[in-house]
Amino acid sequence: MTDLYQSQRAMRKMRQQAMDRGVIAILDVGSSKIACLVLRFDGAEPAGVEGIGALAGQSRFRVIGAATTRSRGVRFGEIHAMQEAERAIRTAVQGAQKMARVRVDHVIACFSGAEPRSYGLEGAIDLAEGQVGAADVARVLAACEMPEIGPHREVLHAQPVNFALDHRSGLGDPRGQIGNRLACDMHLLSVDESAVQNLAHCIHRCDLELAGLASSAYVAGISSLVEDEQELGAACIDMGGGATGLSIFIKKHMIYADSVRLGGDHVTSDISKGLQVPLATAERLKTLYGGVVATGMDDREMIGLGGDSGDYERDSRTVSRAELIGIMRPRVEEILEDVRARLDAAGFEHLPARQIVLTGAGSQIPGLDALAARILGQQVRLGRPLRVQGLPQSATGPGFAAAVGLCLFAAHPQDEWWDFDIAPERYPARSLKRAVRWFKDNW
Amino acid sequence: MCAMSNPARDPAPSRLAYRVQRLWLTPLFRRALFRGMPLAFLVALPAVWFADDARRAAIGTEIAALRDQIVSRPEFMVGMMTIKGGSDELRADIREVLALDFPVSSFDLDLKAMRVVVQELDAVKAADLRVRPGGILEVAVQERVPAVVWRGEAGLEMLDRQGRRVAHLEQRAARPDLPLIAGKGADAAVPEALALIAAAAPLSARLRGLVRVGERRWDVVLDRGQRILLPETGALVSLERVIALDHVSDMLARDVLAVDMRNPNRPTLRLAEGAVDELKRIRRLQAGASEG
Repeated sequence: MTDLYQSQRAMRKMRQQAMDRGVIAILDVGSSKIACLVLRFDGAEPAGVEGIGALAGQSRFRVIGAATTRSRGVRFGEIHAMQEAERAIRTAVQGAQKMARVRVDHVIACFSGAEPRSYGLEGAIDLAEGQVGAADVARVLAACEMPEIGPHREVLHAQPVNFALDHRSGLGDPRGQIGNRLACDMHLLSVDESAVQNLAHCIHRCDLELAGLASSAYVAGISSLVEDEQELGAACIDMGGGATGLSIFIKKHMIYADSVRLGGDHVTSDISKGLQVPLATAERLKTLYGGVVATGMDDREMIGLGGDSGDYERDSRTVSRAELIGIMRPRVEEILEDVRARLDAAGFEHLPARQIVLTGAGSQIPGLDALAARILGQQVRLGRPLRVQGLPQSATGPGFAAAVGLCLFAAHPQDEWWDFDIAPERYPARSLKRAVRWFKDNW
Repeated sequence: MCAMSNPARDPAPSRLAYRVQRLWLTPLFRRALFRGMPLAFLVALPAVWFADDARRAAIGTEIAALRDQIVSRPEFMVGMMTIKGGSDELRADIREVLALDFPVSSFDLDLKAMRVVVQELDAVKAADLRVRPGGILEVAVQERVPAVVWRGEAGLEMLDRQGRRVAHLEQRAARPDLPLIAGKGADAAVPEALALIAAAAPLSARLRGLVRVGERRWDVVLDRGQRILLPETGALVSLERVIALDHVSDMLARDVLAVDMRNPNRPTLRLAEGAVDELKRIRRLQAGASEG
């Protein structure tokens, strides 16, 4: 536990260093594409417009380089072929560096797989003095009972989502307030240890320093949910290539995240199998003609499958668009039903506002919102990521929700458990640090 | 897209290419390459060329030859020296100490050093050297004017009003117009001596000279071996008193060996031997004693 605490703190320190230097890279390691953005932090507010600085802090940075490459060696949002993935990351980073004309050394990465599991933690302490100080916050966070997250799991996020002081709950920042008993709720997201280690290793092999890690479901939610959706309760469904991530937000905190190991790649492989075409062709058919709601018009629209087998009969096959939709729809329904099952398990129906936002490249299937409304509930909309300064037009689609969210995450990270000092009780009893802390706190 | 067939061409850069590009984007490296390398090249090129002894020597002779060529141009040549002011002996002395071998280039003339050399001559009070257009070295000297003759340990020397040595003198008779001073340390008190001599103008016919005694006070020496012993301080006032006494009572015309003014409160006369006897005889006569 302390190991992770230290490594997360080290990453946070690295992130601070990168911010001081002014350049940091964002890496979205997805199953179908790897995107790299280079951000420049110069602290300059855009002139003239008052209040724009509060826009999620996004005016503090500028995207100066962006590159995307087809992902290799990544499956279900996890790295499964190290060399391939490393080459893909290298391609993306090099392209972005070339565009930015600057060398980046620090990178913040996100990934969608690694079986995220959410835990709700709660802890409470009695306050010695009446007033809550920073040390008390650290103590109450440390007082949260650590759940059994199982072997070979690591904590990716551990965010305090709520503080309660005596009978008052829903406090954002309890510091300075007066009470007797401080309680907190913490959301903890654990992921598979080996997936994190593989990603860290890949990034390390590219001569980059890992300055932060995030779950892509979480960061996609940051970028594609608007502020009141985050406040009132909403779910963000990030439909990627190999995995579909979902995150639930309320009161501007993520309270649940999960991922379904199904995505656009499965739709492609269904088309490939059903129509007996290569995967590349299947991907093209899906992108150009795909859909989930068939109409009478679609029966008449014939699509040439093409091919260069030399067999005329085979190469001149055609299918109607309705057939293509017929292949795609069950798989998309399956994905959405899986998501629905996860949302039900998380108790999504108890939220005050049950907004659902579909984002990710998979959300671009025509007619998906109608289908999703049937399966997930009435309040469904398609989400696109927030606009950030300097982002190229090609990187503004819903497929870049996670990358853009990671930019916002880099500029304005949520307080995590490891951002607070270690509570003095957790130091070894005879530690010199403990003595120093005691002196600091008491004088 | 896990199971898709790999494309024929992989766009991924090799590890080396990736590292080279990162290196290329490093600001320090770029600066070193764009600024440092040309600079190093510019420095290294002459350094390598000059590493060879023969080349260095060749360039040295080349430069020397070029310098000679410029220095020996007629515009820079100095053909003669004129000396303004000073006596003939002094001019000869200056020519001797400068020892210039005309014609000489003005680049080779170190006027400052030459001026120092000229000023080191005792007879020179001030000297100015300049090269006039037309290749003439002009030396303007101001000669010291001898004021007294000093008979010291090294013989006769002429000194100016400040006591600075002007020249050696073979015979006293060569400069009878100058007063004579003598004694060790007399040259250090020449201004005082000159004041005393001026004050002694009424006695000038009888004045032989001044003697410095014990490097602290003056004796005025008159003819017939008469001396006026002056005190260390207030010598001038004492001398004026003696002259006044002389004026009133014609004291110095009498048979007095010395007037001792060393203690101004108690002037003392030293009489000659015969004079003392004569004085005693006169005293007796006045007392009414008969001769015999």
